[in-house]
Amino acid sequence: MELTALTIKQAHEGLKKGEFTSVDLTTAYLEKIKKSDLNSFISVTEDLALAQAKEADSKIASGNFSELTGIPCAVKDAILVEGEKCTSGSKMLENYIAPYDATVVKKLKESGAVILGKTNLDEFAMGASGENSAFGPTKNPYDKTRVTGGTSSGSVAAVAANEAIYTLGSDTGGSIRQPASFCGVVGLCPTYGAVSRYGLIAHASSLDQIGPIAKSVEDAEAIFKVISGKDKMDATSTNYIYQKLDVRLKDLKIGVPKEYFAKGLDPEVEKIIRDSIKKAEQLGAKIVEINLPSTEYALACYYIIGPSEISANLARFDGIKYGLSIEGEKLLDVYLKSKGKGFGAEVKRRIMIGTYCLSSGYYEAYYKKAQEVRQLVRHDFAKAFEKVDLLFCPVSPFPAFKLGEKLDDPLTMYLADIYTIPSKLAGLPALSLPAGKTKGGLPVGLQIIGNHFEENKILSAALWIEKN
Amino acid sequence: MISKEEVERIAKLARLELTEEEIKKMQKDLSEILDYFNLLKKAPKPSKTERGKGDLRATRDDETISSYDIADKIIRAFPEKKDGYIKVKTIL
Repeated sequence: MELTALTIKQAHEGLKKGEFTSVDLTTAYLEKIKKSDLNSFISVTEDLALAQAKEADSKIASGNFSELTGIPCAVKDAILVEGEKCTSGSKMLENYIAPYDATVVKKLKESGAVILGKTNLDEFAMGASGENSAFGPTKNPYDKTRVTGGTSSGSVAAVAANEAIYTLGSDTGGSIRQPASFCGVVGLCPTYGAVSRYGLIAHASSLDQIGPIAKSVEDAEAIFKVISGKDKMDATSTNYIYQKLDVRLKDLKIGVPKEYFAKGLDPEVEKIIRDSIKKAEQLGAKIVEINLPSTEYALACYYIIGPSEISANLARFDGIKYGLSIEGEKLLDVYLKSKGKGFGAEVKRRIMIGTYCLSSGYYEAYYKKAQEVRQLVRHDFAKAFEKVDLLFCPVSPFPAFKLGEKLDDPLTMYLADIYTIPSKLAGLPALSLPAGKTKGGLPVGLQIIGNHFEENKILSAALWIEKN
Repeated sequence: MISKEEVERIAKLARLELTEEEIKKMQKDLSEILDYFNLLKKAPKPSKTERGKGDLRATRDDETISSYDIADKIIRAFPEKKDGYIKVKTIL
């Protein structure tokens, strides 16, 4: 049996039946990671993993265990795991040791998870290709000359290349869904407030959300169930309890937003998405074309709101409290030099955009205007969900591009998230489901967007499509 | 194109040191990105219904939560410290 090719469900069955132990599984994954040339991990937490595997095996032997017990996973390196390094893909935090567990990590540990390591990402989760990591880009397992997408680059590559059974990622503008699409795995970005962000290094707090990346819809559901819910350490988390739902596609109205099939969409991607929609229709779903008229403003709106929040959130990295600190004559020199040396190009660019948009004289024209536009985007979706249950559309306008292809042109890079950003501005849950491959063998994801806290409907519909 | 002085002014506000090369690239990138933002000018102002009721979830009781148990680990991360305090340069 190929131990590293299993889903959570399959591995759980094997552990339950005693076909292998968690230590067997964990060792197989650690070996696989060591041999990998994808750069999907920034650090491997071998000691932690083996200790957790041994503990899981004794839990399994005692009969008191859950679905995630003994299952090897990995965590995006922007999420804190106590006692382990947490770099956020930045030189700024190259030697930072996490002082506590993020709530999601605490929950995984309580359910007996085995943490193999911390996965690569674009620096401070800013980018769309994985190339902004200070520790080098992650390579796409389907074609090593191409990007994985970003920012949860290592988290998707690890799952796609069987270097972990599942991973956690985070999504601010598309950072779970877009790379999941590029690497052919399932990625769920939950509703804003469904999962605690305590212990996730903040990027843009009105948008950041942690979610699961997995090999199957069923697996994504199992992880989401464990990590979601209220946490007193994150005031934006809600009293949400996941409840499984079994929908039949023939009872569903699926909206197809016209604006997501406009100029710029790769014809091969369009065909794969249209075929998936046709499949849903054949399974009985009612397909309705809808309009989301504010879509054209969403990208500009996001790149004002996101960077504005970034410029505030990243002010904490000043060389004083933690992270890189460069000597200076005066206090101001310490700030200037530490930030100047610690941050990479994209992070600097976004801090500059945000500072500009919030600066005196520009605030009204940029930040305030963007907040108004965000209300329009939200309202578009609210109106759509009066008519339909779910929305089907592409995740990204194109499949994985070549390493280096868009690196010098920030605006073109930003376009990679054009279909994932609008739902994010509205705080909606959305899933990337593998839907097919291009002629060149590159995966393409179907995006399923649901109404607030209707992850169960998304997952149930996705399961139907995955099965058929 | 945004002037060099404007980039330097913003960088100073952000407490960010930029090299000459970075300033030049930033002039170009910021100009392109800010031009793109002009798109929002034609977006309508939201009506009362479009503004919605706002999000009322994000309020909570003000309570003290002890974090003494991790204080040592947080202090360990200070680049410069003395007797459990952060040490900083003089500002005067």
